[in-house]
Amino acid sequence: MRGYDVVIVGAGSVGTPAAWAMARAGLKVLVLDRMPSVGQGSNKAAIGGVRATHSDPAKIRLCLRTIELLSSWKELYGRDVEWRSGGYVFVAYTPQQEKTFKDLLKVQHAYGLDIDWYDAPELLEIVPDLNPRGLIGGTYSPQDGHCSPLLVCHAFFEEARRFGAEFHFGERLVDVVVVGGRVRAVRTDKGQYEARVLLNAAGAWAKEVGELVGLEHPVWPDCHEAGVTEPVAHFLDPMIVDTRPGPGSANFYFHQLATGQLTFCITPDPPIVGMDRRETSSFLPQVSRRMIELMPRLSNLRVRRTWRGLYPMTPDGSPIVGWAEEVHGYLMAIGMCGQGVMIGPGLGELLARMVTQELRPEDHEILEILSPNRAFIREEALR
Amino acid sequence: MRIQKHPILPIPQRKKISFFFKGRELSAYEGDTIAAALFAHGIRIFGHHPKDGAPQGIFCANGQCAQCLVIADGLPVKACMTLVGEGMRVEPVEGLPVLPKVDAPPPMREPETIEVPALIIGGGPAGLAAAIELGKRKVKTLLVDDKHLLGGKLVLQTHRFFGSSDAVYAGTRGIDIARKLADQVHSLPSVEVWLSSTALAVFSDRKVGVLRRGEEYVLISPKVLLVATGARERSLVFKGNTLPGVYGAGAFQTLVNRDLVKAARRLFIVGGGNVGLIAGYHALQAGIEVVGLCEALPECGGYKVHRDKLARLGVPIFTSHTILSANGEEQVESVTIAQVDEKFRPIPGTEKTFPCDTVLIAVGLDPVDEFYHKAREFGITAFAAGDAREVAEASAAIFSGRIAGLRVARALGLEDTEIPHEWLRLAGILASRPGPRIQPGLPAQEEGVFPVLHCYEEIPCNPCSSACPLGLIYVDPADIRKTPRYLGGEGKGCVGCARCVLACPGLAITLVDYRQDPRWPIVTVPYEFLADEIEPGGRVVAVGEGGEALGEVEVVEVLAAPRNDRTVLLKLRVPRAIAKKVAGVRKEREGPAPLPSPVIRMGDEEIVCRCERVTAGEVRKLIREGVRDMNQIKAITRAGMGACGGKTCGPLIKRLFREEGVPDEEVIDYVKRPLFVEVPLKVFSGAGKGD
Repeated sequence: MRGYDVVIVGAGSVGTPAAWAMARAGLKVLVLDRMPSVGQGSNKAAIGGVRATHSDPAKIRLCLRTIELLSSWKELYGRDVEWRSGGYVFVAYTPQQEKTFKDLLKVQHAYGLDIDWYDAPELLEIVPDLNPRGLIGGTYSPQDGHCSPLLVCHAFFEEARRFGAEFHFGERLVDVVVVGGRVRAVRTDKGQYEARVLLNAAGAWAKEVGELVGLEHPVWPDCHEAGVTEPVAHFLDPMIVDTRPGPGSANFYFHQLATGQLTFCITPDPPIVGMDRRETSSFLPQVSRRMIELMPRLSNLRVRRTWRGLYPMTPDGSPIVGWAEEVHGYLMAIGMCGQGVMIGPGLGELLARMVTQELRPEDHEILEILSPNRAFIREEALR
Repeated sequence: MRIQKHPILPIPQRKKISFFFKGRELSAYEGDTIAAALFAHGIRIFGHHPKDGAPQGIFCANGQCAQCLVIADGLPVKACMTLVGEGMRVEPVEGLPVLPKVDAPPPMREPETIEVPALIIGGGPAGLAAAIELGKRKVKTLLVDDKHLLGGKLVLQTHRFFGSSDAVYAGTRGIDIARKLADQVHSLPSVEVWLSSTALAVFSDRKVGVLRRGEEYVLISPKVLLVATGARERSLVFKGNTLPGVYGAGAFQTLVNRDLVKAARRLFIVGGGNVGLIAGYHALQAGIEVVGLCEALPECGGYKVHRDKLARLGVPIFTSHTILSANGEEQVESVTIAQVDEKFRPIPGTEKTFPCDTVLIAVGLDPVDEFYHKAREFGITAFAAGDAREVAEASAAIFSGRIAGLRVARALGLEDTEIPHEWLRLAGILASRPGPRIQPGLPAQEEGVFPVLHCYEEIPCNPCSSACPLGLIYVDPADIRKTPRYLGGEGKGCVGCARCVLACPGLAITLVDYRQDPRWPIVTVPYEFLADEIEPGGRVVAVGEGGEALGEVEVVEVLAAPRNDRTVLLKLRVPRAIAKKVAGVRKEREGPAPLPSPVIRMGDEEIVCRCERVTAGEVRKLIREGVRDMNQIKAITRAGMGACGGKTCGPLIKRLFREEGVPDEEVIDYVKRPLFVEVPLKVFSGAGKGD
């Protein structure tokens, strides 16, 4: 039986950067994924927005590191992950939105984030195509940006393998061997591997993995639908987020990719809970009306393709990261709530430090906030 | 570059309009697509790709890809699907198009949902035949088709069809079959037809999204769905495969036979199946020179009679040859082919280069069956018919549609929907591949008058036997694939009415008449070209069955009777020694001499994904690194992310896997996603449709 320091379940937005960071730290790593290749779960369904401008200090720190990694990736490793520092714009058309965004600025400024409020005329200079009717203003954070989730995942995959990480695709975890309260090995449908650490990075499938060690994880996927258009000449820098509720939907957001296409996503309300990822007829009529209302210029932009993806949600909208108290060696990095792409790279390095026991002082605050044993009573203002 | 005269197709009188391209005023006809109007002026380059500046133009002519994108009055549109308007300002797309400004959001509304018992996607032979069966049974049926005319690809087919004359219009031209089927559908009150209406997606909530009449988005909720969406053409990887001037046979037939544009001067055809052979014949009928046809196999895969028709007109057919490259800077200027060995590798030193401006790719068809599979996945009661079910001839599609019509009716709970056993049997026969070839043999008889049947290959076809008023031509009624036999002689004999000559879709029957002058018998042959230049007393070259020249002969009579369905009969005075061998005629022509050949290395730089300009080398490298999931190839290279959604590169990448020795079962196919074609956001928003 082959032995590893760490077996990671899930070669997606979280597991792949974690494999890279751990292999780089000298650990012997095996990644298992039931899908045929890297990033085939929810990573490829993501639209690629990356922001540090959260209200939760843990996410702020992790995403700041992600931005550092992604913005320097091409220089350091050569592969273009289509990172663009286009910023994020949260638009406010209601006084309620204005108040929420302005309140958040205090926390965000306390963490040194580059974000400010702009009244309508100034905001229209940043995004001239916004519908000016009723626009109060919005926040703009120029350091945030977007990437190609597919290329990011592939980039970490490539580098992880260069450091010796092994990936087994089309292989399903069926059992975890726990002896004396410690993870000793894992069994799959194809073999058995010794490991002292098992990292659950299985995204929407995380609950199934938890059940193998007798734990019930409070992670339930819900389903969001996204789309991409034809490419057009560059006209939009930031990710645009509209948090107003609409009929059948909560917020929606879109940005223009480095390659010219616009990609967009909407949050259904009430949420569509479950693993169903099949396309629905309601998505395009719903999202198109909201997009055109917000940015009339999008009227003539042609939709190319649509798809659905899963958001592994937790009760308070924040990820769950930490060691299990019940089973030694069982590490969780689950419940990314649809933000695996932006949290994953920063989190991967933190997970590596957890395994090598090289935590930095600021890591403790993050782990406290994201602890599996927290009360799950907070609700983040901007999920 | 318009077709002014055609032996089969009528040239309608249309209103002349004018439009602008790059600021230059050009003429067009009302009803022209932008693509047709530009082609009519010899303009084939519609822009350049943003990634590498490669010239772009027509590829599918079917709204499926976005290679023909132009800017019309400020909006990016597909030139093949958008009609040109009076005064329209058309600009090429250089790089990415600029999204036009819009000041204020338009009024918008929810799309309408319409419930129907039966929905048929596709108004080609299969869809129409199914609609007729449903209409006869008074089943409420909605048929949607993305073209402005019913008939599917039949409306492009000027030749007569094989098949069984009592069951599926054998011997009738495709264009006429389309009209007959469409007339019948229109006469059935329970069938509603939406033309210019594209099905966009089948959704998991069992609705089908349809772009109605090109502008309004509606959701159809059918009890039963029939997918009769036909087939799409396979593509091929070779150097220069994306140059303007390289396109599929279907695109070419659309430009020539529907749009009546002389889309080429000199044409080379890659692929000797029925599609390639027929496209070559259509080109000749339109006055386009066909400089040659190559086929990688040792024999053409299409019907022998189609091959012979082309060969008799002097088109060189290169079997065991493959295309190496389409050559030219901005568009096709020549083609290079080479002989292949038994493993289909080009043999160095056998390269031949021909000057031509167009290369047609006719290397096979794949079913368009995405909607069918989605519908089944989503639990919709669904059937597929015609090419969407199994790629075969149109006659088979008609039968397949009839049977599917009954299946739909039965699924809706109707009684008396037992599918006649005879139908299933005939459907099988009509869909069969060409059978064995019989050793050719000419009749021994050298007196009186009799038909010579140059028909030696088993294909499903019997119009000759029903055409003979005396019942002297026998095709086994139990299996119409059997070759015909002449039963005359011994007292019962042919009277020389020539109806069999006219009826044969393969133009494979002649009539030899020794009665006037036994030394110079009169041979009657069919002719489907403009006969203006052929005069009684003139001379033509008589050719044998396979196209070999037999010598110059005198034309004694040109019979162009209207009842003969545009087929002209030529009576030739022929020396006794070759009379029975004559299978056709051609006017003397000389093909261009081959150019000195540059030896072109097949490189990794050739394009597999034409939408995103991804090369074979990029994909091959990943395959060699162990990638087996096409979705991973897509994520890394963007192959399959373009406008056509992997419809073109998917089969090519699968071929690359095979070339690299990867078994099919190890390869994970692209995940299929909606939409079928790109549609503006405003359409889904219901913009402009407010009350």
